[in-house]
Amino acid sequence: MLGRMSTTLAPTTRWRTRALKIAEAATTPLVPGDFLDLFAPLRPGAELRGRVESVHPETADAATLVIRPGADWSGHVPGQYVRIGVDVDGVRCWRAYSLTHGPRADGRISITVKAVPDGHVSPYLVRHTRPGTLLHLEQAAGEFVLPVSGPRKLLFITAGSGITPVIGMLRNLYPSTDSGVLRLARSTPYDVVVLHVAPSEPDSIFLGDLRKLEAAGAIRLVARYDDEHGVLDLADLDALVPDLAERTTFACGPGGLLDAITGHHEERGLPLFTEQFRVTTLVAGEGGTVTFDRAGVDVECDGGRPILEQAEEAGVLMPSGCRMGICYQCVLPMREGVVRDLRTGELTTAVPGETGSGGIRIQTCINAAAGPCHLDH
Amino acid sequence: MTTIQKKPRIGQVNPIAHLTTEDLELIAKELDDIRQSVIDTRGERDARYIRRVIKTQRSLELGSRVVLLASLFPPAWLVGTAGLSAAKILENMEIGHNILHGQWDWMRDPKIHSTTWEWDSATPADQWKHAHNELHHNFTNVIGKDNDLGYGIMRVDEDQPWHPMHLGQPLWNFVNALFFEYGIAAYDLELRGAVARGRTKDPKFKAEFKAVRAKIRRQVTKDYVVHPALSMVTGSFLSTMLANFTANTVRNLWSHSVIMCGHFPEGVQTFEKRSIDGETKPEWYVRQMLGSANISGSKLMHIMTGNLSHQIEHHLFPDLPSNRYSEIAPKVRDLFDRYGLDYCARPFPQQVYSAWHKVVRLSLPNGWLDQTTARTLPSQLKRLYQMSTGGPKVRRALQARMAQEQRRAVAA
Repeated sequence: MLGRMSTTLAPTTRWRTRALKIAEAATTPLVPGDFLDLFAPLRPGAELRGRVESVHPETADAATLVIRPGADWSGHVPGQYVRIGVDVDGVRCWRAYSLTHGPRADGRISITVKAVPDGHVSPYLVRHTRPGTLLHLEQAAGEFVLPVSGPRKLLFITAGSGITPVIGMLRNLYPSTDSGVLRLARSTPYDVVVLHVAPSEPDSIFLGDLRKLEAAGAIRLVARYDDEHGVLDLADLDALVPDLAERTTFACGPGGLLDAITGHHEERGLPLFTEQFRVTTLVAGEGGTVTFDRAGVDVECDGGRPILEQAEEAGVLMPSGCRMGICYQCVLPMREGVVRDLRTGELTTAVPGETGSGGIRIQTCINAAAGPCHLDH
Repeated sequence: MTTIQKKPRIGQVNPIAHLTTEDLELIAKELDDIRQSVIDTRGERDARYIRRVIKTQRSLELGSRVVLLASLFPPAWLVGTAGLSAAKILENMEIGHNILHGQWDWMRDPKIHSTTWEWDSATPADQWKHAHNELHHNFTNVIGKDNDLGYGIMRVDEDQPWHPMHLGQPLWNFVNALFFEYGIAAYDLELRGAVARGRTKDPKFKAEFKAVRAKIRRQVTKDYVVHPALSMVTGSFLSTMLANFTANTVRNLWSHSVIMCGHFPEGVQTFEKRSIDGETKPEWYVRQMLGSANISGSKLMHIMTGNLSHQIEHHLFPDLPSNRYSEIAPKVRDLFDRYGLDYCARPFPQQVYSAWHKVVRLSLPNGWLDQTTARTLPSQLKRLYQMSTGGPKVRRALQARMAQEQRRAVAA
């Protein structure tokens, strides 16, 4: 109905606004978009989503997903990441993944996911995603991008799946085609060394790509496998990369390695950019400080009583209802933290970046703090 | 019906007198386990279910509204009205009611969440959640606390003194059924109490009243202005208006019937206000078990009632996904059987009849309907006339005489 009206009434913005108002009045309490979503979830103006078009296995435990983003996708630069919302066992989970291609002519985007052992989302994406699946997206973000001007002598240190944003940058610099690696004029000033660290060789995703780039003379590749060369010792860095002092380092991988490199480079005064996917690790304990962000109040909560009760005692104005977990009147969004359901012992964890934009909504009347928590209230 | 606490005094059996404190605790433990078994297995299958229901409902509503654009044409009117009625019923029952209970909050989908959902009803979701989730589900069937018992406009228990005004309650109940969504809105607003207590100037009341008025305006504009106006292309303004009115009325009658079946049929227990002071969780569970009634029937019946056909399971676990109630029902029923409790479940026509019968019975003085036969009708009518026109003294005297006659009849 909306479509029909907006095509006949479209000539001016004023008419369009009026048509939209009528469409809203015709669909309340829903919005016109709720009906349009039935047919065109990727249309302009829709909540940003993407449809998985194909899934390419990279190694035994990694796969690349090619995604057609919604019409409002505003593009990205190599090295940026995208936050993806996927329903795992029916529960919406958000994770950030690096975009593995530069902008493609066909407008598709791709992410490469490595299934983390004991992981929740990545094994699901690698093993259970089928073409046709709708994912929720946010616009590309990230400061870890290739410098357009500035240093041209670069060292990429990548560990495990930390290779993905770097592959994005390299594919953009040196596009891989059926007839070999292209050496574009804009890429000639770059001098790139990639130090790739992985537990063992077959686990190393994108190794093929890196080898091809090395064979084409585009990069110098130094591969270090824990089982073959032993765990990387940063003291060996000068031996592996003799001109280390002249290079700007981009490091991407797990927190431990990044901390070590940061320490090493700071000591030597070397330029460094780092990127880490999982920033926060939350461990459930007993009780903790609950911060009510908007009220600007901190409440020390013990782990044996509901947050609601203790916040009220501390003078926070809390929404509440039945106080026994039935009526859902006390629900507040938790941006970060861990809480324990006092009835079942079940933990609910909100890791920033892994929740929807509003955080995770929790019932404060039956949940106790199991660590420091931030509630948006 | 008499509250279970008063039953022994009039020679009836308190249906939970045989349960010990240990029994209550064992029942609660089993119910907790049932709840946990659902939570442990909640997942993709359930998410697919609610999304499919929502998609079906929206497609049905859209399709019906499109057909109604030509509602001047009688077959289109019939098909469109039937489809829209079904869509509106699905929207309120299986979708709206259950989402607003937080049954789907675990999916963490901001579009299907108790804090963001708004439904196709005159009452704003927030106000309904307070009256329904917080008061009704907490104080289920407690006389004087649970206003869902008769919505404050009916006599629902023999213990409430009869007044001539109650003669009209079958009529009020029918009128309430026809305009149920507006009745609910007024009730969620506590409109009667506010007017009676002069609370209408209270800022909280004023804010809530404004919210209801705005919601009603949007609802009425949609069904009685915008869609009829869109149908003008085929000259169907009035027929679409009538179709929408019919669909709203069908839904009102249906949801009123389903909800009456939940707590009103014979066999459902009521409770004393004092009995819930310091009530434990096991006691709360047992009150929910005996304070609700189920509708037995087909899968379609369950979906169209929003699974309130499993009112007992719903009241025990209001926040479990509705598609799971039918799965746990056999376990719950088995628990009732093992502890000698009455699981009140009957087909829809019987439950509706039972509920209406009670409305009629309680509209008359206690025992009047039982004692009235073709032979006694003239004297009974005379008595009713005296009670209706006389003062409280006359009523008390005649009521006492009827009670005495009834005791004699039982003894003989």
